[in-house]
Amino acid sequence: MSGEQPTLTTDGSRRSLKESAIRAVLFGCAALSILVTGGIILTLGIDAIEFFTRVSPVDFFTGTDWSPVIRPYSYGVLPLILNTLLVTVLSAFIALPVGLAAAIYLSEYASERMRSIIKPGLEILAGIPTVVYGYFALVYITPFIDDYLFQVSTFNALSASIMVGVMIIPMVSSISEDALSAVPDELRQAGYGMGATKFQVSTGVVVPAAVSGIFSSFILGISRAIGETMIVVVAAGQSAKMIYPGNVDEVVVSSIETMTVAMVKLVTGEISADATQYKAMFAIGITLFAMTFALNLASTLIEMRYREEYK
Amino acid sequence: MATESSDTDWFGDGSETGAIRGRLFAWACLGATLFGIGMVMILLLYVVMDAFAIGQPNTAPWLDWGFLTNATSRFADEAGLYPAIIGSVMMMGVIALSALPIGVGAAIYLEEYAPDNKLVRFIEINIGNLAGVPSVVYGLLGLAVFVQIMNLGMGTVIVGGFTVGLLILPIVIISAQEALRGVPDSRRQASFGMGATRWQTTKNVVLPEALPGILTGTILALGRAIGETAPLLMIGAAASVYSPPSGLFDRFSAMPRQIYAWVGMPQQEFQYGVMAAGVVTLLTVLLLMNASAILIRNKYQRES
Repeated sequence: MSGEQPTLTTDGSRRSLKESAIRAVLFGCAALSILVTGGIILTLGIDAIEFFTRVSPVDFFTGTDWSPVIRPYSYGVLPLILNTLLVTVLSAFIALPVGLAAAIYLSEYASERMRSIIKPGLEILAGIPTVVYGYFALVYITPFIDDYLFQVSTFNALSASIMVGVMIIPMVSSISEDALSAVPDELRQAGYGMGATKFQVSTGVVVPAAVSGIFSSFILGISRAIGETMIVVVAAGQSAKMIYPGNVDEVVVSSIETMTVAMVKLVTGEISADATQYKAMFAIGITLFAMTFALNLASTLIEMRYREEYK
Repeated sequence: MATESSDTDWFGDGSETGAIRGRLFAWACLGATLFGIGMVMILLLYVVMDAFAIGQPNTAPWLDWGFLTNATSRFADEAGLYPAIIGSVMMMGVIALSALPIGVGAAIYLEEYAPDNKLVRFIEINIGNLAGVPSVVYGLLGLAVFVQIMNLGMGTVIVGGFTVGLLILPIVIISAQEALRGVPDSRRQASFGMGATRWQTTKNVVLPEALPGILTGTILALGRAIGETAPLLMIGAAASVYSPPSGLFDRFSAMPRQIYAWVGMPQQEFQYGVMAAGVVTLLTVLLLMNASAILIRNKYQRES
């Protein structure tokens, strides 16, 4: 018992005590993730509820005027949501097709050499901080569009959306590629056996077989675009414009304000912790969290389904 | 059916078999892929040229020794990144000491200990979802928990470290799990066969084997942490600090936060010079971190 080396037979109870202590600590680490989720919901929720006692949820979610600092104050979140969706849709036009094309190329067409060039290239894109992307959009993309294509404001939705799109390409392509690579080779062989060309097999067999994985990568990309902050803070501007069917084309080239921008603007605006403006930040925050969490969950569930199909 | 047909029906020319269409599709896919990469490469080239004032014979390079050792300034010529570099390093220290042990611990639990029940599956799905929560929401969480409830101070190093640490926690867990999963089960069986307990097996057999993988993943996660800006804005990291923080409870700035502060400067010298120099510094640090992660991965792959 007093020996340095614990033996199997004599030291059992102390060993098992130590074992279960370690087990409990490790479980605590894993359970912390639930605590984080709970913490987000709780802390954001409390201040959001406080906000909703002062501003009615109906006014918040249906109001078309966002003016938290200039009197008369009004807290209609609709323009912010629509501006966020505008950036999301525009960036999706870039990220989804390009991401999928890259995935198809990498999984079906690329030679080993090409893969070894393109994959690290995409990884580099994924590693660039978003404030840098925002900087690119502001000082290079916007002047380029303004000089060579058409007139845009210094801060505009278009440049920001282009950069958001480029930023999420790696995410879409890497998850889609996983899904495409998971399609069993027998399906491809069967296609070729029927006399199909590589193009027909890729687009007619492999992509449809991987569609749920591709779809889940699209949802994740969209969720990422909704929550993107620094690119839009730097390059999209700060004017919460209401979007109507008639003015979409004007809004695209002008300054907008997304939900994330509004939050950053409020927190850096030197307001006291009791002010309605301060609480409004949490109301937007929990709305944003709910939107992205629902999308992420949908993506996870879809992905789990398709994983089971080929196992 | 096809007995009467001639040879050409079997192979045809390109338009009949779809060979041209197929090749066009392949080229289009490649083109789309290169579009994103190529565009960013061109932008990176521009920013490097601006940082070193290449092509502007009358301007000294913005990124020089002075830039790395000066504090920020109203005057573009004197502006530097030093306090923000130190701030970033100190924040990374807090993250490394708080988030990494917890993340690796959680991964060990999930891979080595966890039973296959509903609670564990719920934890796993939850971690996956947390990885997709916008960073600005983590900033709001940090503001509420660490600043308001725990009173650790607006914009201090420790609040920044904890907040960004929570943000990268899911990434650390997921990558550490992958590394642990790569350890063959036979090693564990052998250890159990020798009478080792689960923790002894984990500590002496599994962890050493998985360490390079865990290290690679955590360095990449720290790379993500060093570039995060939105949470720092939310917890009130300083726009400009003129001296580096001296302790964990000092207010601080970090590299991306300082770059964002320069966005607001109207002068051309800041927009195209100082900011470019800041961006190149940040990207260089990131590149060095990623390169070291890749080196570790390659060394490990060669050995096994």
